[in-house]
Parts: sequence; C-alpha cells; structure tokens
Amino acid sequence: MLLEVAGLKKSFGSIVVADDLDLVVAPGEAVGIIGPNGAGKTTLFNLIAGGLAPTAGYFRFDGRDFTGVPLQGRCRAGIGRTHQIPQPFEKLTVFENLLVGAVYGRRKTEAAVAQSCGEILERLGLLKRANTLAGSLTLLERKRLEMARALATAPKLLLLDEIAGGLTEGECSELVATIREIRQTGVAILWIEHVVHALLAVIDRLVVLNFGRKIADGVPKQVMQLPEVHQIYMGIEA
Amino acid sequence: MDDAAARSTQSFRIETAVGSPRATAVAVLIILLALMLLPTFAGRNLIQDLIFLFYMLALAQCWNLLAGYAGLISVGQQAFVGLGGYLLFALTLIAGLNPLLAILLAGLVSALIALPTALIVFRLRGAYFAIGTWVVAEVYRLVFAQVKPLGGGTGTSLTPSVTSSVPGIEWVKTLLDVRAPAARDIVSYWVALALLAGTLAAVYFILRSRRGLALGAIRDHEAAAAGLGVDIYRIKLAVYVATAAMTGMIGALIYLQKARISPDAAFSVLDWTAYVIFIVVIGGIGTMEGPVIGAIVFYLLQRYLADFGASYLILLGTLGIVIMLFAPRGLWGLVADRYDLTLFPTRRRLIIRDREDG
Ligand SMILES: Nc1ncnc2c1ncn2[C@@H]1O[C@H](COP(=O)(O)OP(=O)(O)OP(=O)(O)O)[C@@H](O)[C@H]1O
Ligand SMILES: [Mg+2]
Repeated sequence: MLLEVAGLKKSFGSIVVADDLDLVVAPGEAVGIIGPNGAGKTTLFNLIAGGLAPTAGYFRFDGRDFTGVPLQGRCRAGIGRTHQIPQPFEKLTVFENLLVGAVYGRRKTEAAVAQSCGEILERLGLLKRANTLAGSLTLLERKRLEMARALATAPKLLLLDEIAGGLTEGECSELVATIREIRQTGVAILWIEHVVHALLAVIDRLVVLNFGRKIADGVPKQVMQLPEVHQIYMGIEA
Repeated sequence: MDDAAARSTQSFRIETAVGSPRATAVAVLIILLALMLLPTFAGRNLIQDLIFLFYMLALAQCWNLLAGYAGLISVGQQAFVGLGGYLLFALTLIAGLNPLLAILLAGLVSALIALPTALIVFRLRGAYFAIGTWVVAEVYRLVFAQVKPLGGGTGTSLTPSVTSSVPGIEWVKTLLDVRAPAARDIVSYWVALALLAGTLAAVYFILRSRRGLALGAIRDHEAAAAGLGVDIYRIKLAVYVATAAMTGMIGALIYLQKARISPDAAFSVLDWTAYVIFIVVIGGIGTMEGPVIGAIVFYLLQRYLADFGASYLILLGTLGIVIMLFAPRGLWGLVADRYDLTLFPTRRRLIIRDREDG
C-alpha cells in the first residue's frame, strides 16, 4: 500500500475530529472523500501532510512509518497537497511558487526543473500568468496554483482539498480531464470534494466521513446508495 | 488531446533577471569608485555622517534578512553589535591584534556564539522569541559589565596606539595631506564602505540563490513553504548565524570608529535595534530596497532633527506608526507598486520559446 492510515485519532480538547480512522490508498489509485462540513476531512489531510500531530494511531507511507516525520520530509517522500484555502506565496510570481515546490520538494536545481514547471503551468492553464505575482490571482487561479505547486513536487500521492467548488460546468469538466491526466502518469489521488459528480467521474473508491468517523468505504455507486450516506447528503448534492 | 500537442511545441527555461548585466556591473563599479574617491574632496563632517549612514544601512539589511525574510523578529541584535565592539576592544587592547584583523575575527566569534544562542532562542515562538532575544542581549551586557580589563560597567577607551595602528592611516595622511584624526575617519569610512558593500552583496546573492527562493516563500507563508519541502529550521538557523557574523563585524567597526565603549552604549536596544527596525519598517520590510530608502530618510531626520531631543524620538515613533498604518509596505512599497521598479533584481522569470523542430 502507498498510504496506510491506522487507528488515527485527533482531538482538540474535548472535540474528537478524527476518531479511529483506518484508510488505505494503493499506488496509482484514486480515492474520494465526502462528508458534511466539519466532518474532519481537512483535519485528516493536516494529519497526513500538514504537520498536525495525532492524538493516537499512526500512518505509513511507502512502507515507512511517517507519523513523526517532519513536514519537509513528507513532501520530499512524495506527499503533495492542496489547501482548501489557498496559501500562495503572494509576493513571488506564479512560476516562482512552483519553483519552491520543485527545487525543495524534489531537491533539484532551478535550471533542472524549469521545463517541468512550465509544462505543469501549461497543463493547468496558468502559463499566461507565469510571471505575474501570485497575490494578484483570482480565487479560481489560486486554486489551480495550489494544484500546480503540489504537482511541481512530483508527488506519488496527491491530496486535493475541495478544488471544484465554484467552477462552471465547463471548467469542472476541464478539471476532471486534468485530474484524469495526472492519474495516468501514475500519481495516486486522495480527493475531498463536495461536488460529487466531479468526484465520481474520477475515483475508484469512495470514503465517507462523519463526525471524525469513517462510515463507509467502497465502490462509489454502492456507497452513494447507502441509507446513512443518503441521509447526510440530502440537500448537499442534487 | 490538443493540450498535449501544444506541450511538445514549447520549451521553457529560467532566467534570474538582471536586465543588462554588463550595464549593471558598470554602474555598480562607478558608484563604488565614486564613493571610494569621495574622501579626496569631501569634508570631515560628511565623511563621519556617511560612516553612520553606511553602518546603519548594513545593520538594517541584516535585520531585514532576519525579520523580513526569515520571520525571525529579533529585538536583540544589539547583542551582536556589542559583542563585536567588545571583541574588537579585547582583541586589540589585550591581545594586541591589528584592528582590521580584529574586525574579521569579531565576525567569526559572533557566528560561533550565535549558534548556541540560537539553540536557546529558537525554542521560543513569535513574541516570546522577540523577548528571548532581548533577554539574551541583556545577559551579554551584564556579562561584559563584569569584565574588569575592559572597564567593567563604566567601559573603556582604545589607546591612541591602537587607533593609529589601523593600516593605511599614515598613507592617507601623506597622500591627502590631512591630520591624523581626519585620516582615521577616512580609513574607517573605507572599512564601513567595504562592510556595507559586502553586506549588500551577501544579502543579494543569498536572495538570488536557491536559499533566496526559500526565504521569499518563508516570508510569504511559512507553513506552506514547509509543506513544499523547505527545511525551515535549517534556513532560519543559517540566516541567524550569518546575520550575527555580519552584525558582529559592523559592531566592531562602529566601536573602532567611536574608540570608546561601555556596556550600556554597546548593548543599547534603542541605538542598535529600535532605530534599525524603524529604518526597515519605514523603508519597506521584506525588500532589499526598503532599508536603503529607510536608512537615507533616517539619516536625514537624525541630521536635521536630532537636536530636538525627546520630541525627535516622538516624531520618529509617530512617523513609524503613520507609515505602518497607511503604507504597510513602506516608502519603497509605494514607489515599487506604482512603477514596478527594482534596484536588486532577484526575480526568476519563466522564458517560453516555441520549439523549432516541433
Ligand atoms: N486547530 C484546530 N483547533 C480546534 N478545532 C479545530 C482545529 N482545526 C479544525 N478544528 C475543528 O475540527 C472540526 C473538523 O474540521 P475540518 O476542517 O477537518 O472539517 P472539514 O470536514 O474539512 O469541513 P469542511 O467541509 O467545512 O471543509 C471542525 O469542527 C473544526 O472547527
Ligand atoms: Mg475542509
């Protein structure tokens, strides 16, 4: 298994936001995560890739225990992530944002990564903005920059946190196409998304979280039919 | 997919830009040469003022790298100014070394002492870090106040034999036909110019290197930088030690020029940190240009208003607050936003070219 989360638990004071979570992702697999607001989805990403220390449990990546590994080590080992609220380096250009990930995440020289950074920007439609300051991007562009920057680190596992919100129908299918392309290069994907139809167009497996607990994990179509999932999702997705 | 087809027709490379490298190099050389030759016709007052401007600017560049880029808001850099100053006195008065050599050694020893200091203060975060650095500086001050051979709490002066042993003084005296005190100032001026040029060059080349990329990222969003593989602790430690070395050398020069040292003056938080922060903040933190503008403004204020005593300090404080409120990116920020100017280009540009062979 590429990622193996076992018995992971996190509480902030008395609120438990991750409760005995088990989760696996195979190399090249695409797994979706859904769940109501506050279910603990982003927290799970922060435990895996954000330096948030779990209260109990552990996770393994690429066969190694990663629970106590510092942030930069996780990235270099191949975990890339996007942030639900984009965190661009505002006074660097879009290209420089990618360079940071490529140079430090892959431990290469700037000259050696320029070509691949350019290709990633092109794939995500940011090439025209390459030399503009990231601080001047629109929210949608910032979300794309999040993804471009994560890709620049050449991840084996890409964690996507709500990147389809606010897109038009056309933009959404473009995004789905892009993510499919990324999959084809062998990158495994763990994708949190409220826009379920976009998610279903990509993923092999669907996980449902509620109050920090995993309440379903399986074939997407079947998971969506489960009564408890149905109940949670009433009104969220038509 | 036409997307994929487009990809194969373009090639990308990076250019860390200086518009025209040769013209820039020539301009830099001309400015340096002009500043070097200035003492041949400038009066002694101007030379002394410029020494002050140069070392304040050098200190400001160090603090800007530390606080503006690496996010280390230290209010204890006077620790290294004082340390450098006292090292100069110890190495010349007690060990009998040449003052110029003592300046270099002061830098080295400052770096060595910064390392264990960092291990302590780096355990603290945010405001606690700031207070921690201040406490460290106070400890240094109290320690040096105990060193009797260096005058204890009242301090001491350099002997004339030390101040006149700086290489070049005799040479300047005969060449420019000036008296010994003026010749000493001129040599100090050159040393200050060399230290300033060295500091600017060091900061500039750090910012252009891959470390600079990480520092820009840390400045803008530390957590995101860590998540992309940047080893924050290591870079901060390197910056802390490097700026301590530079600050220590500047401190040594300052006290060679002043020729008199005391713990209260050498470890003064007002002179060596508060003024420096003022310079960086009004000029524009997190840019190399900001401290340059800030140092010039500060020099002019000091030159023409310092006689007003307490009201001068109130004015400085008010000006600092007004600029923080209405131009948080400093005076340079106001200019740079409007005209897209830069004096120290560190931008990496992506250059896109259509491939010839497709
Ligand atoms: N650092 C923190 N300190 C205290 N509580 C926190 C912290 N981070 C998250 N929480 C709480 O944990 C719960 C889960 O938050 P999380 O961001 O993981 O939810 P989510 O599933 O991503 O929700 P959304 O769909 O709104 O993004 C929320 O109740 C949140 O307020
Ligand atoms: Mg979330």
